[in-house]
Amino acid sequence: MGLFADKYPDVPYEEKSRLWEQVKADPRFPTYLYGCYECGICVAACPSARFYDFSPRKIAQAAAREDIELIFEQMNDDVWNCSQCFSCNRCPRQNSPGGIITVLREVSVKNGLKSAKQALEGYSRIIYKIMGTGTQVSPDMLQPDAFPDWGPQVRAVSADLDVWRRALPPETLHTTSTGWQVDDKTIIELYLIWHHTGVMDMIAEVDEGLHMILNDVMEEKLEEAGYEA
Amino acid sequence: MTANAPASIIPYNAVNTKSSRTFERQAEYAPEDFHDHLFELEAEGEWIVQRVPEPYVEVMTKFGRKKKIPLELTWHHKSCGQCGHIPGYSTAIFWLNRKLNFKYIDPTDQTSCTAWNYYASATSNAPAQAGVAMRNFAAAYETGYFPLIHCGTSYGHYKEVREEMMHHAEMRHQVRDVMKKLGKPLVMPEEIVHYSEWIHAVRDRIAALQTRDFSNLAVTVHPACHYYKLVQEDAIYDPDIYGGQRTATVSALIVALGAQVRDYSTWFDCCGFGFRHILVQRDFTRSFATRRKIQVMKQEANPDVVITHDTGCVTTLDKSQFVGAAHGLDVGVPVMSDAQFAALAMGAHPYRVCQLHWHSTEYRPLLEKMGIDHEKAWAEFQEDLKDLKSGKKEYLTWEDVDA
Ligand code: SF4
Ligand code: SF4
Repeated sequence: MGLFADKYPDVPYEEKSRLWEQVKADPRFPTYLYGCYECGICVAACPSARFYDFSPRKIAQAAAREDIELIFEQMNDDVWNCSQCFSCNRCPRQNSPGGIITVLREVSVKNGLKSAKQALEGYSRIIYKIMGTGTQVSPDMLQPDAFPDWGPQVRAVSADLDVWRRALPPETLHTTSTGWQVDDKTIIELYLIWHHTGVMDMIAEVDEGLHMILNDVMEEKLEEAGYEA
Repeated sequence: MTANAPASIIPYNAVNTKSSRTFERQAEYAPEDFHDHLFELEAEGEWIVQRVPEPYVEVMTKFGRKKKIPLELTWHHKSCGQCGHIPGYSTAIFWLNRKLNFKYIDPTDQTSCTAWNYYASATSNAPAQAGVAMRNFAAAYETGYFPLIHCGTSYGHYKEVREEMMHHAEMRHQVRDVMKKLGKPLVMPEEIVHYSEWIHAVRDRIAALQTRDFSNLAVTVHPACHYYKLVQEDAIYDPDIYGGQRTATVSALIVALGAQVRDYSTWFDCCGFGFRHILVQRDFTRSFATRRKIQVMKQEANPDVVITHDTGCVTTLDKSQFVGAAHGLDVGVPVMSDAQFAALAMGAHPYRVCQLHWHSTEYRPLLEKMGIDHEKAWAEFQEDLKDLKSGKKEYLTWEDVDA
């Protein structure tokens, strides 16, 4: 039993424990946690702690005490607030609360937790972009309706995008739908990496639709290049 | 303190302070020197270590060790956010290389490190991330040129990958097998080098070619989290900059260019980028960038410009100010990279090279202070655009830029 009231009593303890075992089995995890003094240095450095009801100290504490119910709660309610800036790496015990969060998030995604699906709502097109094209953000993403809070300058970029891109001296930057020109062969190699490292299975867990679209795009290119997807 | 500067408890000359004490960098507190392990693994036939090509400059890192920074023969690992949304950033890096007569490759056999997505959505895993890194490293190795990493996140993440690949044989072998399927060798560079470290290493050469006087400029520096907080031991420190107590990268360049570095109390704070936040939860990003960074800089240091050295930091600190201004916050400081700032110092065109029209916060008063006739420069650029639109020219070329 943990120190706090269980916020998710409907989820069996065994299930929470199973997820925690996956976190502990990650090869990165032991190097992200060496015990915790509860000094709060990580909290003082943490941008997300200033904005949300969020604390890297609590993450490190729960993980160090193996408070399985609290860890499950954090996987659902806290981890997506982290900015992954790693300011918390100044921990005097050499912990990386941000790194623990990276692993907690991955286990949430791998197991298709509802909270992970919610956190990634609206994010699919970005995953599609990075996995499908090899560059994460593209010039044509700069549309006024996507970034209304960035002011009128976004409209200026999008209005003359093709010409503005051709006004860039580096030859690789004349693209509009990718950050730079990426060779077909390079993209195929990237697809093979996704397939051989289990990333496609992770996508299937959180977003079936996206998985289908990505798979179609990849299969076609891989087959053309003589690989089996 | 200059006459028009606000009263502040922060000493402006903090960048030049030297302590009366000498703080030895004690080896017992330092993490292991990864080089030993790197070369051991090479001796065991586990991978190839790509050596830093000569000529290189040696700089000091956090725990007093030396790091080799190549001058040329660099393979430019571009950044998606820079190329996609602030392309004057990447253009300025290439322009500096050209002006310094250094050989480089701007490859098309390069993917993003994909770490923005890794930190934002967790829809990836350690072997996949290592696979992406090692594919890019192998691609660089095949050309004989040495990777120079444009993005702070790629730089920090690749150092995480290096740690994981050194210490987890199982993962290393898994990635080696994936590389075999791609027909590529497993290669780890001797150093992972950020372009801002290269700028740091050549800052005196840049200063020697300076054509614009920056002595009346006040600058605040925002150091990028993934540059010096993530795998911190090989970020650059210099006893002459902040007494060696903070990373010297970026600040040393500003000093070399004769501008004034002004300190502020939230120097250590992140910009608020947040990876997922900048894309889908920008209320956090905007609030943090304006209230914890720009407004604090404005009130404590009143800078003419913020100089930083990473993709997300330029984007966040620049774009967030529009809403901050609408809310009546004390904002309105232009933001650019050290590369653009250095290029402007060396006489680069503000639009053809630095592409400042992609930036949001008003930067024209800064250009005036730099002695740049921005109206004339904009008219020249409009002529370029006319030629591109009419089909007279297909692209603006390096020759056009240098004309
Ligand atoms: S994780 Fe580290 S910095 Fe945070 S409270 Fe624990 S010991 Fe302190
Ligand atoms: S990585 Fe996350 S927990 Fe750590 S300081 Fe940044 S926002 Fe806070």
